[in-house]
Amino acid sequence: MSNKFIGKSVKRIEDKRFITGKGRYTDDIVLPGMTYAYILRSPYAHARIRSIDYSAAEAMQGVVTIMTGEEVGHYGVPCGWQVNFKNGDIMKEPPHPLLVKDKVRHVGDAVAMVVAETRELAQDAAEAIIIDYEVLPAVTDASKAVLPGAPLVHDDVPNNICFDWEIGNPKAEVDEAMASAHHITSLDFVNQRLSPNAMEPRSYIGQYDNVYDKYTLYTSTQNPHLIRLLMCAFVLGLPEHKVRVVGPDVGGGFGSKIYHYTEEALVTLASKKIGRPVKWTETRSEAFQTDAHGRDHVTHAEMGFDAQGNIVGLRIKTFANLGAYLSTFGTAVPTYLHGTLLQGLYTTPKIHLDMTCVFTHTTAVDAYRGAGRPEATFLLERLVDLAALEMGVDPAELRLKNFIPAFDGVTQPGYQTNVALQYDSGNYHSVLERGLEMLGYENFRKEQAEAAKTNKILGVGFSTYIEACGIAPSAVVGSLGARAGLYEVGQVRVQPTGKISVFTGAHSHGQGHETTFAQVVADRLGIPMEDVDIIHGDSDTVAFGMGTYGSRSLAVGGSAIVKSLDKIIEKGAKIAAHKLECSADDIEFKDGKFTVKGTDKSLSFGDIALTAYVPHVYPANLEPGLDFSSFYDPTNFTYPFGCHIAVVEIDKETGFTRVKRFIAVDDVGNVINPMIVDGQIHGGLAQGIGQALFEGVEFDENGQITNGSYMDYTMPRADDLPMFELDRQVTPCPHNPLGVKGAGEAGCIGSTPAVVNAVIDALWSAGHKVKDVRMPMTPERVWKAMQPA
Amino acid sequence: MLCNTLKTNGFCAKALNFYLTYIMPKITLTVNGKTHTHEVEGRLLLVHYLRDTLGLTGTHVGCDTSSCGTCTIHLDGKAIKSCSLLAAQADGSSITTIEGLAPEGELHPLQEGFKEEHGLQCGFCTPGMIMCAADLLSRNPDPTEQEIREGLEGNICRCTGYHNIVRAIQYAAQKSAVAV
Repeated sequence: MSNKFIGKSVKRIEDKRFITGKGRYTDDIVLPGMTYAYILRSPYAHARIRSIDYSAAEAMQGVVTIMTGEEVGHYGVPCGWQVNFKNGDIMKEPPHPLLVKDKVRHVGDAVAMVVAETRELAQDAAEAIIIDYEVLPAVTDASKAVLPGAPLVHDDVPNNICFDWEIGNPKAEVDEAMASAHHITSLDFVNQRLSPNAMEPRSYIGQYDNVYDKYTLYTSTQNPHLIRLLMCAFVLGLPEHKVRVVGPDVGGGFGSKIYHYTEEALVTLASKKIGRPVKWTETRSEAFQTDAHGRDHVTHAEMGFDAQGNIVGLRIKTFANLGAYLSTFGTAVPTYLHGTLLQGLYTTPKIHLDMTCVFTHTTAVDAYRGAGRPEATFLLERLVDLAALEMGVDPAELRLKNFIPAFDGVTQPGYQTNVALQYDSGNYHSVLERGLEMLGYENFRKEQAEAAKTNKILGVGFSTYIEACGIAPSAVVGSLGARAGLYEVGQVRVQPTGKISVFTGAHSHGQGHETTFAQVVADRLGIPMEDVDIIHGDSDTVAFGMGTYGSRSLAVGGSAIVKSLDKIIEKGAKIAAHKLECSADDIEFKDGKFTVKGTDKSLSFGDIALTAYVPHVYPANLEPGLDFSSFYDPTNFTYPFGCHIAVVEIDKETGFTRVKRFIAVDDVGNVINPMIVDGQIHGGLAQGIGQALFEGVEFDENGQITNGSYMDYTMPRADDLPMFELDRQVTPCPHNPLGVKGAGEAGCIGSTPAVVNAVIDALWSAGHKVKDVRMPMTPERVWKAMQPA
Repeated sequence: MLCNTLKTNGFCAKALNFYLTYIMPKITLTVNGKTHTHEVEGRLLLVHYLRDTLGLTGTHVGCDTSSCGTCTIHLDGKAIKSCSLLAAQADGSSITTIEGLAPEGELHPLQEGFKEEHGLQCGFCTPGMIMCAADLLSRNPDPTEQEIREGLEGNICRCTGYHNIVRAIQYAAQKSAVAV
C-alpha cells in the first residue's frame, strides 16, 4: 500500500486519444469487404402488415441481401428480469422479434433490413420496399391503456397489463395510518418520458469468420459480456466460445446501451448469411424511436403527517409505461429499483406502493440514469416540500425532523427500511445542514421576500435523496426475479518485469476507469501509475463481466480487482519469504517492497515478479506466475445520499425560469479521484435539471413522437446552466474493500425535484398556490400557473 | 465549384437532384495541410467525406439535424458543421479537423485545457467542442463565462453539464494570453 494516487485528482489517461481525435468508436471501424445495413421501420404506431414487396429493392444495384420477419421473425430478444403479478402469476412476456412480420407496435418497429455496398445504396433500396399497412388505433398513455376498450398492444395481454405489483407494509395498515393523519398532502403528477440521448448513436458491426466458424460483434454497449450471453443463450443459440463481443470506445450510454438490441443480433446473422462484415449505425431520428426511453410514470401519491409534523404514512398508486416490448431490464426499473427506495431518508413507519406496469404503442422504456430511483426521489421530495408549504412550516426543518438518525453500519447496525432494503451507512442531517450553510438560507429568504414584489421572483427547492447502487448481490436480485448474477470480474496479470495488465468486466463509456482503476492498483502495489494498463471491453481478453451501470464499476468492479491484488500480494509474500529465508507471516508489503518485519531486508515488487516467472529459487509446492482473477459479488447494495438545492428566478412576464444557483452536497463514500467524481455529479445534475425544465418525449394521438430530433427535443445547452456549487461528505461504505458507494447517478437522482420545488416555492412566494407544474416546466406552463384560474 | 455554379444559376431542382446523386464531381481541397483530389458522389456530405474517404474519424456524427455540433471543423479558418455542407461545396477550400489542430505530438492550448480541467468524459462531443471553442477564442481571446456559454450554443455535451468545458476554455484563454 502507498498513498500517492488514491484521493488525488489525477488527470485522465484516456483523454489523450479523445482530445486528438483518435478515439475509436464503433462507427469509426472499417473492416475489409464491409457492407452497410439500413433498417426499414414502421411509420405507424400500430398497424397490421398486409404484405411486403421487396422485389424491386432486391434488384437494385449494390444490394447484397434483404431480410424480413419471414426469415428471422422467430428470433426475439429476451427480458432479463421476471416480476410476478400480486397473485403470483408470472408477468406477461410477449415476444420481441428481430423483425416484425405480422403487426407493428410502435413507430420505429423494425420491418426489414437491407444490406448493400454503401450506406446510401442500402437506404435507396429500403425506400423501394413496398409495405401495405392496415393502420390501427394506438394508445400511448399507460393510465389510459388499462381502460376497457383501449387498443391492445399484444392480443393476448388483457388490458395491456404486463403485471401489477406492490411493496411495503400491508395496505390496510397504511390506510389506517393515513386515516389517523392530522394532515395529508396529495399530489397527482406525471414523471415524463425521457430520451437518454447519448451523443454517440448506437452502432454495430457483425463479422463472421468461416475458417474458425467464429463471430465477432463490435457494439457500442455498456456491457459486452452480457450482450454475448444474451445473444448466444437466449436469441440466436450460438455457442458462446464462438462469439467475441468487442465494445470499443463508447460515446455515452446513461443506461440506454445496457440492453441487448435487436440490431446486434441482426448484423450478426447477416454477416454469416453473406460472408462479409455488416455495419449498422442508427441515425439520431432512429435513436429517438428505438433507444430505450426512461421514466414515464403517472402517479397519485399521498403523504400523511401527525400534528407535530412527523410523517405517519405514504400511499402511492402508479402506472408505469413499459412501451410496446419488454426491454432487458424494463420490468425491474419501476419495481425493485423504484419501490425499494420509497423510504427515502425518512422514518416513515407505513409505506405502500401499488404499481401497474403497462404496455403501450411506444418505444420500450428501461433504465435511464438513476433508473427508478429518480422517480422515487421525485415523489418523496415533491411531497415533503409541498407538505411544508401547505402546513406553513419550513421545508428544511420538516426534513430534519423526519430524517433517519446517523449510523455508520459498523458499530451501529444498518437501517432496515419498510421496503425491503437495509441501508449500509448514513449521516443525513449533516448534508442538509451543509447545503443550507452554502446557500445562506436566512439571507435567501429575505432576498426572496424582496424579489416577490418585482417581476423576477425567486424560489428555493430542496431535495434530499438516497439511492441504492453498486448493483448488486446476486442472491438478493436472483430472489427478486433477476435472470443474471450481478457480480464483477477483475483479473490482475503481473508481467515478468513487474508491469501490470488489469482486465476488468466493467466497461467505461465516459467514466474514466482507465485512470481510477489504475490509481487503485498503483497504490495497492506501490508502483507508478504508468506501469498499469486497464483493459476492458473485449470478451476474448477479459474473462467475464457484467458491465457498467447502476453506479457499480468501482464498488463492484474495483472490489474484484482489489481481491486479485490481495491474492498477488499474498503469493508475493510467499515468494519473498522463500528468498529472504523467513516465514511468509514475517513479511510485510508496503510502498512496493516485501520486507522482513523489523529488518531492512527487503525485495522490490519487480524482483518478486521476475522470480515468479523465472522460478529458479522458488518455494516448493508453489506454482510459477503471478496472475489472479477474482469474482466479487457484493453483500449489499451501496447507498449514496445527499442534499441538492436549486435557486430559480422566474420572469413573471414570460414564465421563463432560470436556474440561478445549484448546490449539491453528495456523500458517495470514499473517493478515489475527486475530479472524476465531481464530473460525474455535474453531468447528472445537468440531466436532472434537463428533466425539470427542458426534456420530455411527446407523442401525438397516433403515437408519433412529435419531438424526435435534436432540433425539437430540448436538452440543456451551455447557456442554460449555472456553474455548480459542490461539496462532499464521506461516510465510507462498510461492506466493500474500497469503502466506495458509486457516483454515476447521484446527480441525476437528486436534482430534478429540487428544481421543481424551487419553481413551486417561487410561485407560492408570489401568491400563486399551485401544487404542481408539469415537467418539463416550459415558460408557457410556468406562465399559465401564474394566471388566475 | 460546379455545384455552386449550378445553384446560383437557378438550375432546376430535379436536375440538381440528378446531378447530386449520379454525377461524380471531382474536388480538390486541403485538409490539415495536405492536398487531396477525389471524385465524390454529388450527395456526399463533407462529414462523410472526411470520415469515410479520408479516414479522419475524429469528426463525428451525432444527429441528423445540424443540432449537435460533434461534426464541427474549420473551413477556411471558420468553424462550420461539416454535416451541413456537401463535399462538393468544399472544393477548393482549406480544412482543419481535430487531427490537424496541433502539430503531431503537441497539444493545442484547448486540448490541454480539456485534459487539465476534465472537460470531457465519453469524448464524443469533444472534437467538435474544441473546434468550436478554437473559433470562439480566435474571435474573442478573452471571453467572459457568459460569452463562452453562448459561444457553445451549437454544441451539445450530454456528459459534463458544461461546467468543466467552460473551465477548459477559460484555461486555454489564459494560457494563450500568457503565451502572447
